[in-house]
Amino acid sequence: MKICITAEGANLDSKIDTRFGRAQYFLILDTESNDLEAVKNPNVGGMGGVGVQSGQLISEKGVKAVLTGNVGPNAFKTLEAAGIEIISGVSGTVKEVVEAYKQGKFKAGDGPSVDSKFGMN
Amino acid sequence: MIIAIASGKGGTGKTTIATNLALSLGKVKLLDCDVEEPNSYLFIKPQIEKKHSVYIPVPKINSDKCNLCGRCQEVCAYNAIAVVKDKVLVFDDLCHGCGACSYLCPEAAIDEVNKKIGIIEIGKREKLEFIDGKLDIGQAMAPPIIREIKKHINPEDVTIIDAPPGTSCPVIESAEGSDFVILVTEPTPFGLNDLKLAVETFRKLKIPFGVVINRSDLGDKKTLDYCAEENIEILLEIPFDKKIAASYSAGELIIETQPEYKDKFINLFEKIKRKKRRHNEKS
Repeated sequence: MKICITAEGANLDSKIDTRFGRAQYFLILDTESNDLEAVKNPNVGGMGGVGVQSGQLISEKGVKAVLTGNVGPNAFKTLEAAGIEIISGVSGTVKEVVEAYKQGKFKAGDGPSVDSKFGMN
Repeated sequence: MIIAIASGKGGTGKTTIATNLALSLGKVKLLDCDVEEPNSYLFIKPQIEKKHSVYIPVPKINSDKCNLCGRCQEVCAYNAIAVVKDKVLVFDDLCHGCGACSYLCPEAAIDEVNKKIGIIEIGKREKLEFIDGKLDIGQAMAPPIIREIKKHINPEDVTIIDAPPGTSCPVIESAEGSDFVILVTEPTPFGLNDLKLAVETFRKLKIPFGVVINRSDLGDKKTLDYCAEENIEILLEIPFDKKIAASYSAGELIIETQPEYKDKFINLFEKIKRKKRRHNEKS
C-alpha cells in the first residue's frame, strides 16, 4: 500500500512539511516494500489553486493516505473525491510519522484543517 | 479624455482626489472601480437610477458526455478544475470565467452557467454621471465587474476613474486604456515605497502619469527628492489640514467646505490636458 507524506526534504530523515499544497516534497512510500519516491512539488510558488493541483498530482500516484500538517478546503475536496484518506496534524520526521502510522496511531480527518490561502508566504 | 486615479498605498486620498476633481469639472463621468470597497458614492451622494447584476460564466460538466480526458483541467490557467478518479471537480471560487474549458472540451461536455459575482449601479448628480460596482461578499474576482463598469466609457467624454490601491490585476484592469494616471501618495516611507511600485507599473503600461502629494507637510522630503530624480511632475500638493479631515469624516467634499480648492482641481485638470497634448506630440 502506498502513502504520501509531505516533507521538507527528499528522504525519510526530513522533517514533515506542515503545508499540503505548498509542501516542498511529496514522499510516496510503499509500506510493504519500503520503496520511496520523492516528488519535488512543482506547485510551491503557484499563484492560486495549488491545493487543487497538488491534490490532483497525488491522486495520480495511487496512494491510499496522505499524512501532512495542514490541508486546506480545495485540497481536501480533491483528495476526498479521489478516495484518499487524509491525516492532518502530524509533525516530526518522516520516519517517525511513518512508524506511528504503521502502528495505527492516526485517525483520518473529516474536513480541512485550515482555511484557503493558509500556506501562502 | 480618461484619467485614472491610482496609488500604490491605500488610504492616500484617491477617492478624495477623484471625487473633488470630478465635481469641480461638473460634466464628467465618475467611475468608482474600487469594487472591493467602493466609497466615492459617500461623497458624491448620487441618485442611483439603475442597478444590474454582474455574472461570470462557470463550467458545468455534463457527466453523460464527459469521458474524463482531462483536457479541461490541462487548459485551466487558474487550477479551477481537477479530474480525479471518475469525476471532474469544479472550483467555482477559483474560476475566472475565461471559457477555455468549454471551448476546448473535445466532447462538448461543458456548459457554462452564470454565477453572480456583484452589481453595478448607475446614477447621477446634476451633470455628473456616476457608475460604481460592488463585488459580492465572499467573491474574489474584481476584474469582470471593473470591465462592466468601464463599458460606460465614451472616449468623447471626460472620464475620471477611481482605481483600487496596489499594483495587482484590479488596478491594471481599472487604469488600462486611460490617457493619464494621477498617482496619489503621502510623504511617508510606506507612501514612497508603494509609489515606486506604482511608477514601475505605469511605466510598463506606458501610460503617462504625475503625482499628487496628500498631507504634503507631514513626513519627510524623500518623496519630493524621488520625484525630482525620476523626473516625475508633482501636479498638486494638499496639506495636512484639520478642516479637510473634518469634511472627509462628515462625507463632504473639500470643494464644498473650502470652495477655494475648486480652482486647484480645475488647474490640476488643465495641467493634465497640457501634459497629454505634449505627450501626444512626442509620440
